[in-house]
Amino acid sequence: MFGYAGKLLEVNLSDGAFKEMRISEETLRDYVGGRGLAAKILCDRLVSRWDSIDPLGPENILLILSGPLTGFFPGGRICVSGKSPQSNGMVGSTVGGEFGVELRCAGYDGIVVTGKAEKPVYLFIKDEDIELRDASHLWSKNAKETEASLNRECLKKLSERYRHFGQWREPAKLYVGPAGENMVRTAAVISKWTHAAGYGGYGAVMGSKKLKAVVAKGTGPLPEVADPDRLKKLIHIVDRNAYGNVLWRKWGTGGGGYAFGANTSSEPVRNWQDEWHDEKSFGVDQFENRLWVKQTWSDYGCPTNCMKIAMVKHGKFKGAITDNPDYELQAYLGANIGIFKPEENVYLSALADDLGLCGIQTGNVLGFAAELYQRGILTIRDLDGIQLDWGNTEAFAQLMWKIACREGIGSLLAEGTFRAAAEIGKIKGKNLLHYAVQTKGIGIGAHGVRSGRDFPSEIGYACSVQCGDHTSLTDLPIHGYGSEVWEAFNDSAVLCVFNTFGLPEKVKFEFYHAVTGETLSRSEWAGTRGMRILQIQRALLLLGGPDLKWNTKTDDDLPDRFYEPLPSGPCKGKAADKKRVRKLVLKYYEQAGWDVNGIPTTETLKALGLHDVDVALEKLRKICRE
Amino acid sequence: MLKSLTEMCCVLGDPLMTRDGPIWVARDFSKCSGCRKCEIACSLYHENRIWPEASRVRIFMLVPGTEFPHLCTQCEGYPCVEACPFKALSVNNRTAAVIVDEEKCVGCGRCIDACPGRIPHMHPAKKKILICDLCDGDPQCARTCQEGGWGALRTVLREDHPYRLYARLPQEHARNLAFKLYGEKAEEYL
Repeated sequence: MFGYAGKLLEVNLSDGAFKEMRISEETLRDYVGGRGLAAKILCDRLVSRWDSIDPLGPENILLILSGPLTGFFPGGRICVSGKSPQSNGMVGSTVGGEFGVELRCAGYDGIVVTGKAEKPVYLFIKDEDIELRDASHLWSKNAKETEASLNRECLKKLSERYRHFGQWREPAKLYVGPAGENMVRTAAVISKWTHAAGYGGYGAVMGSKKLKAVVAKGTGPLPEVADPDRLKKLIHIVDRNAYGNVLWRKWGTGGGGYAFGANTSSEPVRNWQDEWHDEKSFGVDQFENRLWVKQTWSDYGCPTNCMKIAMVKHGKFKGAITDNPDYELQAYLGANIGIFKPEENVYLSALADDLGLCGIQTGNVLGFAAELYQRGILTIRDLDGIQLDWGNTEAFAQLMWKIACREGIGSLLAEGTFRAAAEIGKIKGKNLLHYAVQTKGIGIGAHGVRSGRDFPSEIGYACSVQCGDHTSLTDLPIHGYGSEVWEAFNDSAVLCVFNTFGLPEKVKFEFYHAVTGETLSRSEWAGTRGMRILQIQRALLLLGGPDLKWNTKTDDDLPDRFYEPLPSGPCKGKAADKKRVRKLVLKYYEQAGWDVNGIPTTETLKALGLHDVDVALEKLRKICRE
Repeated sequence: MLKSLTEMCCVLGDPLMTRDGPIWVARDFSKCSGCRKCEIACSLYHENRIWPEASRVRIFMLVPGTEFPHLCTQCEGYPCVEACPFKALSVNNRTAAVIVDEEKCVGCGRCIDACPGRIPHMHPAKKKILICDLCDGDPQCARTCQEGGWGALRTVLREDHPYRLYARLPQEHARNLAFKLYGEKAEEYL
């Protein structure tokens, strides 16, 4: 089929064996790639015993999958997936960079990693030359050290082995920091120092397999496409549109740290106790004029360059380097822990990168811990001597180290907000879930729903199959443009949604057509193919296990905090309405073809040809009947 | 006056403007975002495919943030042309570009070793050397870079400048840029 390299590379870390995995054209048509293909592979291999699979055990499968649009659609991304150690479901977690392009140029659409290595290894791919290499010397190295070491040794190897080629350039890399190695559930898969596939916790999965990094260098072309002339025109359309988005290019999401607080009252402030602030010190001009040393930083083929590089050049936090930070990290490693100083926010973001922590999930659990401290539930003694006052940057930095190394209190918080709340609650004899701003194990993105002025709908987090993931929110009607089914397309074709802003939705489908030659109508996607992916993801999420399972009655809901009225700002007093949310959730069930317990019905699954999913769900239905 | 007008048209990438002399792709590394549109344009033009390692211009990212384009600078004296034992390389009088005669090139790689920047590299499939040919006077890399408003590459008229200075190893460029961006910290990242 056009647009695909045509095979996946399967690596069994337990015995070091490699094999090629071919995907049928029918499967590619139905599941496209990335998130969709991940759902299909995980379902085929694990659905019958999903609930017994430990996400951090050798039975889990780590998937690194491109999509047909990777490398063609401006702005290169790659999708990382597997059983999530956060939700126990499956998340399609994408990260920007060159990895997808290198992998496809090497002749693979993706990598399937099974088993577990005995000692640290990294996977090296140069076209057909594939090797598992010792990574003992890289273990415990931070992101920047890992990047430098891998570049040095891989370039040396390429130059020695393929001297004839001339000067080699760096391969693309995905790697984990200490947090991933220590199986911290909020660990991300990192690329280019600062880029992260954060949602899902796949850094911990890599760590559990003792897989420090995956390195790829491909020397072939991107796959052949169906209509090269049309593709060139479409690339031009996307580029021209993006070039016209002047402020988007200038600031990326870096304008959000102030604006989502001051303008839309939807930014997490002190563990979401508020969502409004007017801290002008946190304005984008302050980041731009004080800290950004590079304001045009793109991933492969990207016309927008929403990435900026920030570096602190003076003072206590001198030497910290990170991207932007983008809005999510301004919010979560800033406002959410009471920090409104750009230098301190850059410092903590850089620390998250270096340790290989997801800034969103980690900022979420830090805010949770700080609120418990504020309320006297966690004491200085509980926190191993750390005074976790709002805005105390050094205290938060210390705690991040403890989380990444699973030391003392860090070991509890390394389980992520939901599990930490349950565990600390047990120790303290209190129900602390009230302070955990998450849904089904995943801390929610930095876009609140109470003010009604930001993009998430009231049920966006409650009904998403990727739970708190703000890049996969949903809404009613289920086939409408607010629905998650469209995000499933972005993550399956694997394209960057930021480069689609301002473009009609159909451009994506025209792109898909030009690349693959396949006609895909929007109704076909929303009604059948996209829905199939969502049904599988929903089923896996509900099967859950082995450490916990979700109760849809209580867990298909917003975090408690969103039912408390906003305490200040222009939207003061606004809150979500619990009865209304429940009503909408039930309506969503109905439109999604789920029963009153939120379980996909036999009818729904049969119509989509998901018989094995239906069989696997039978035990859940039985439990509900009882 | 006429000369500067010509130069302006080159900057704007006007294909209809007849050049009255050789050209050069001026490069401003600090403005390179690493978007690699230049590589995409180059390989589409020459190979009709998106093919990063078959592109005559290649973006190196040896340290994140230090992306820069590495492409032939048409050194005065042309050491690559001199070094070719098979007379496969020649200079186009009109554009000043190095032209590879694929019939004669055996892929021996002498030109790579002769280039102070080791800029030429082998075509991954054909095993023939790849050197920027300035797209016969309308470099696609500069055109696409200008279109995006990046300003990292632009076509100018070739005058009397020591263009050979740009024939440096990628490691050297990366080192310069890393220190410029990150100061002393750069040492840790190289």
